Amino acid sequence: MTAAAAFFYLFASVTVASGFMVIASRNPVASVLFLILAFVNAAGLFVLMGAEFLAMILVVVYVGAVAVLFLFVVMMLDVDFAELRQGFQQYLPIGGLIGAIFLVELLLVVGSWTIDPGLVQAPLGNVASAENVTNAQALGRVIYTEYAYFFQLAGLILLVAMIGAIVLTLRDRPGVKRQDISVQNARTQKMAVETRKVPSRQGVEV
Amino acid sequence: MTPLEILGTVLLIVLKSFVLLAALLVFIAYALLADRKIWAAVQLRRGPNVVGPFGLFQSFADLLKFVLKEPVIPAGANKAIYLLAPLVFAMLALSSWAVIPLADGWAIADINVGITYIFAISSLGVYGVIMGGWASNSKYAFLGALRSAAQMISYEVSLGFVIICVLLCAGSLNLSRIVMAQDTSLGLFGWYWLWLFPMFVVFFISALAETNRPPFDLPEAESELVAGYMVEYSSTPYLLFMLGEYVAIMSMCALGTVLFLGGWLSPIPFAPFTWVPGVIWFILKASFLFFLFAMVKSIVPRYRYDQLMRLGWKVFLPISLVSVVVVAFVLKLTGLAPGA
Repeated sequence: MTAAAAFFYLFASVTVASGFMVIASRNPVASVLFLILAFVNAAGLFVLMGAEFLAMILVVVYVGAVAVLFLFVVMMLDVDFAELRQGFQQYLPIGGLIGAIFLVELLLVVGSWTIDPGLVQAPLGNVASAENVTNAQALGRVIYTEYAYFFQLAGLILLVAMIGAIVLTLRDRPGVKRQDISVQNARTQKMAVETRKVPSRQGVEV
Repeated sequence: MTPLEILGTVLLIVLKSFVLLAALLVFIAYALLADRKIWAAVQLRRGPNVVGPFGLFQSFADLLKFVLKEPVIPAGANKAIYLLAPLVFAMLALSSWAVIPLADGWAIADINVGITYIFAISSLGVYGVIMGGWASNSKYAFLGALRSAAQMISYEVSLGFVIICVLLCAGSLNLSRIVMAQDTSLGLFGWYWLWLFPMFVVFFISALAETNRPPFDLPEAESELVAGYMVEYSSTPYLLFMLGEYVAIMSMCALGTVLFLGGWLSPIPFAPFTWVPGVIWFILKASFLFFLFAMVKSIVPRYRYDQLMRLGWKVFLPISLVSVVVVAFVLKLTGLAPGA
């Protein structure tokens, strides 16, 4: 057994085990932490496949940003998970059905790949052809040169979604005090403080 | 490769890692002392001066003290996560040193995506803080953790754009190649700190915020939060948090050296200066950046939290985003783009 295979089995088994623990553990925070472990190990699998750039981006985006938000929500919200679990019997049939469909699809993909490896490689033919090109360059060529318009389109869709979210949550309430940074920064000593000579036993008019 | 060769390679990497770890920890012990001494000097104090000549052994005495004390675990704490958090924090901070080239070819792992690796690892550092703050089961610790997480995520965004600017100029994600791209006949005026000066400033300030250094040390603001996410920690777990923090600071200094100060290159590109080993230049440059960190700590008062967020999202993010566009346009139009 080569070293690569040993690492593959290590990463893969930890990924599967921590994926199982995500749904099995009772503490929601522990669930999210197991999810993070699964992400990191998936990144390890990417590295083994030679996709080191994707692996790093997976860590940056999913572990560094998305999972932090998950963790935030789980820690901040007072969700009663015992109550959520009560409908377990009721949702079991539909959940089981979806799980079974996923399993069959996965088996189909893996099965067709084992029978005819060329089947999966065909659509990737013109992409991974160059040998002496780093990950980042290969990805850059595909995304920014060959499929630049589609990439722009995807970006626009995300932009619309972002603007939509901002429009939905932006409320302009009247009568709320807001700070104006430029006004604050433009304040001088003269505008803020007044020095007065106070005569003894007389005081000053305020 | 035969199994013997694999074993040899593994042993070599382990040996290199141990040497780097030992050197790094000793360096950090003195960086910590220097930090306190500089702070003291600015405030016209002497600083630590009792243990050893000029207080040189102060950090080692502190280490001994921390290790020998009793680790206290709060009754309501989630024990496993509570103890895991400082370990995760320190390990992640140390692991980013695997790819940093201290001299030509001196990186333990000279990988093609070095800069992305560092970026990924530094974005993970927030987990140690959140886990520690949550598992302590204390409101001060939790507030500190929340502040820290929001702060680190905010400044990571502009840090990423700064790195992209450098990448556009260097044309590689490999840290050694980024240093070599700065190797021109101009010496220190050919390094990116001059050509990308606004980005260097943004990088420096974002690095301060990313490592929770003053003036952005709101996660541990003593005046409101006692010590933030570390408040319930004592003994060795606390030491690990402290160590992780200083390792993260040093790796930010090293990253700044690689990206903007020409890594191991000599500032004056001719004879007597180029004879000096590259690692010495590297250490000098990283120490210079650390000196700036220490001076900022002693000179600048702490920011308010809303000011911090405003600076990150409304000032640095637009500036760095616009500079990515400007740098890309300039490189493309002048034909200076690498590989063009």
